[in-house]
Amino acid sequence: MSQVSAEGDPALLETRKLTKVFGAVTACDAIDLRIARGEIHALLGENGAGKSTLVKMLFGSLEPTAGEVLWKGTPTRIASPAEARRLGIGMVFQHFSLFEALTAAQNIALALPDRTPIATIAERARTLSTGYGLPLDPQSLVADLSVGERQRIEIIRCLLQEPELIILDEPTSVLTPQEADRLFETLLRLRGEGKSILYISHRLDEVKRICDAATVLRHGKVVAHCDPRDETAGSLARMMVGTEVHAIRRSDAPLLTGGEALLEINQLSRPPATPFAIPLRNVDLQVRAGEIVGIAGVAGNGQSELFEALSGETLQPDAAAIRIGGRDAGQLTISERRLLGSAFVPEERLGHGAAPRLRLSENLLLSRHRTDRNAFLGRLGIVFSGAIQLASQRITKSMDVRKSAADPEAAALSGGNLQKFIIGRELDRQPSVLVVNQPTWGVDAGAAARIRQALIELARNGSAVLVISQDLDELFEIADAIAVMHDGRLSAPLPRSEATFEAIGLLMGGAEPGHAGRAGEAA
Amino acid sequence: MRVELVKRPQHSKLFSALSPLIALALTLLCGAAIFAALGKNPAEGLYFYFIDPLREVWSLHELAVKAGPLILIAVGLSVCYLSNNWNIGAEGQFIIGAIAGASLPVLLPDFQSPVVLPLMLIFGMLGGAAYASIPAFLKTRFGTNEILTSLMLVYVAQLFLDWLVRGPWRDPAGNNFPLTRRFHPDAVLPEIMPTSGSAHWGIVFALVAAVVVWFLVSRTIKGFEVRVLGASPRAGRFAGFSGKRMVFFAFLLSGALAGLAGISEVSGAIGYLQPVISPGYGFTAIIVAFLGRLNPLGIVAAGFVLALTYLGGEAAQISLGMSDKVARVFQGMLLFFVLGCDTLIHYRVRFAGRGDSMAEAR
Repeated sequence: MSQVSAEGDPALLETRKLTKVFGAVTACDAIDLRIARGEIHALLGENGAGKSTLVKMLFGSLEPTAGEVLWKGTPTRIASPAEARRLGIGMVFQHFSLFEALTAAQNIALALPDRTPIATIAERARTLSTGYGLPLDPQSLVADLSVGERQRIEIIRCLLQEPELIILDEPTSVLTPQEADRLFETLLRLRGEGKSILYISHRLDEVKRICDAATVLRHGKVVAHCDPRDETAGSLARMMVGTEVHAIRRSDAPLLTGGEALLEINQLSRPPATPFAIPLRNVDLQVRAGEIVGIAGVAGNGQSELFEALSGETLQPDAAAIRIGGRDAGQLTISERRLLGSAFVPEERLGHGAAPRLRLSENLLLSRHRTDRNAFLGRLGIVFSGAIQLASQRITKSMDVRKSAADPEAAALSGGNLQKFIIGRELDRQPSVLVVNQPTWGVDAGAAARIRQALIELARNGSAVLVISQDLDELFEIADAIAVMHDGRLSAPLPRSEATFEAIGLLMGGAEPGHAGRAGEAA
Repeated sequence: MRVELVKRPQHSKLFSALSPLIALALTLLCGAAIFAALGKNPAEGLYFYFIDPLREVWSLHELAVKAGPLILIAVGLSVCYLSNNWNIGAEGQFIIGAIAGASLPVLLPDFQSPVVLPLMLIFGMLGGAAYASIPAFLKTRFGTNEILTSLMLVYVAQLFLDWLVRGPWRDPAGNNFPLTRRFHPDAVLPEIMPTSGSAHWGIVFALVAAVVVWFLVSRTIKGFEVRVLGASPRAGRFAGFSGKRMVFFAFLLSGALAGLAGISEVSGAIGYLQPVISPGYGFTAIIVAFLGRLNPLGIVAAGFVLALTYLGGEAAQISLGMSDKVARVFQGMLLFFVLGCDTLIHYRVRFAGRGDSMAEAR
């Protein structure tokens, strides 16, 4: 670890014993990190391992409690994001900060401190975008752009400031495999120019593919520095999780073929509710008793709209567009659909699936006050809090929900534990139809495995399960058939035996559903 | 040194209970400072303001007369605010309730029977509810902001009352004073203990309403619906609750209670309609609702505190020769400090050391 050894080989960025304490929690504990010039450095870790905290300290949005940051060998204090940018650190966030009603160039101009004329910016953006293989029309409206294109705006915005270190936070989580490939080419080109990249991800195959070095965090501590090319995905996962990842038990016994179709979607269409919403176009699907059907797709292609139509949060003009348990349900409210035996788990946990400031037991009542009226409510609608507490304890126990108090507010639970509770709340009813949107989004590996196992068991006991997910690995793990949602259209489901990453990836990118089979064969 | 607000992981039960008391203490402190600035002895000022009105039985009755409408209105408003419906127009609903209830003895003075008073009370509630349904309809149908519409309707109601008592409803035998005829005895809300003071049944209505609404909100599924839709509308829809129906429920309930307060005040305390029938009860009740932490039982206590500011204002005017606007100043400070102290429920205060502030300056 050399100090300022002139032009020799000091790391571009180095941290020594960097620590951040929030109250009683040490989010980052004496982190040592060393990023060389011209290196793509992976930062690996589960949710809550301390990745975001570390990055926020490097980008100047959090102040370290202890330890130091060395920039080109010189101890440096990064007091603000503006200072980080001055030093030459750029960041592309996971959640974009773009105005949908403005053009790409206008969005870029907004982030630049000086008053460069917009035409100049557009010109520079165009040069950069062609130079780095990031096709983008600066004059296009952000609202019209795909997620991949929006990310390019963020990257170009970052590159315009000529950074030497670029931090990318989970850049591929929103991209199709093809879009991700294009991003990797750009990253390799940047590395070729001597720029360094700190690449945050939990997709291990990607990390193995493009990264030169990796730092693995677990519970706020560095557990390993390694060269990901020398590791296997399994060994990297072990470092992140600490133990062998719990394998899903899944009987490969053939389905009860010809099971009754419990959830039927017939020519479901829905006009966009807002200017930026996606219309649904003639969606057809059947989910039979005993099977799990997965819906893949890049976020924002109509999945939330489909979920709302299925749950009954928005009603259909045509009652037969949605049938639950053989009954027309398109005109039924969410409570009436629940009474038909269906259950729903939305994507957003806080504020949709659960009310953040209500206790867990109250959140149990949230989705079950109609279906379990006799157990939970007395005359005049008096709430039996004792019965609800008991049911809530039963769920936390069966789903292994870890909580700090007997009956805490929903917001006090970690994402994974709250998700286990929400899924457990629905499973506790033994629903015959379960529709779940992003079941393990932002959930740590242990909880995700528990949730997937529970979904499989529900289906094996004869329920119909529809899983909407962006996580292809997850769908390949649990689904019996996979359909793809793109631009409000749903492809025909491919049986898992026929589905390949390649075929699904092409459909996610918008290939004609009819060509799916051929693409699959080609792969 | 730098003061930081740090978010608490859970909201603090301690400060939920403590914050109204801290607000009260801060109000007294600032009140003392104001008395001092006006050249009065602060101790004497506070004594006349807050202690003196509590020393006589008749003035305790006065306190109940003032607390009644405040509690009744604030209990209804608590349901509105818990469900995230910002009804600021209780003053207007109070007035329309009073007009609707008073229509019986004013327009049909010869209809004298024991059923008149119950009918008046029902008319009062219906009138207040009907008036409150206007902002509710506008909000659900056109998406208008209910804060603006309900507030604007207050002025409409005030001017309507003014026009009525100067025009069509003026007492023909009243020497051209802008007053309606005096209510006949069957139309007067009786006093509870006529021998000791003037408190009428309005305060009883208020206490009953507080207990009923407390039970509704804290123990029933309807109250659960109110709280879920208020705290998290999307989760409320997911639960199968209708946001639009909740808008009507909250406005109709609070309108009915404000209307009941209006007719009780007119028939119990005044005895006829006049251009101004409320010293701002509908607005002061907003302070009562928040000081009582939107909990109907807390609102009962808060209602008496705010009623005291009215009496204290009158006492300070008489004993110290101060403007009667002092009451408004105290009420305003109280609301200000209550809302300010509520921050402590979700945040704690941290004083960052000198080192940090030096670093910050750099």
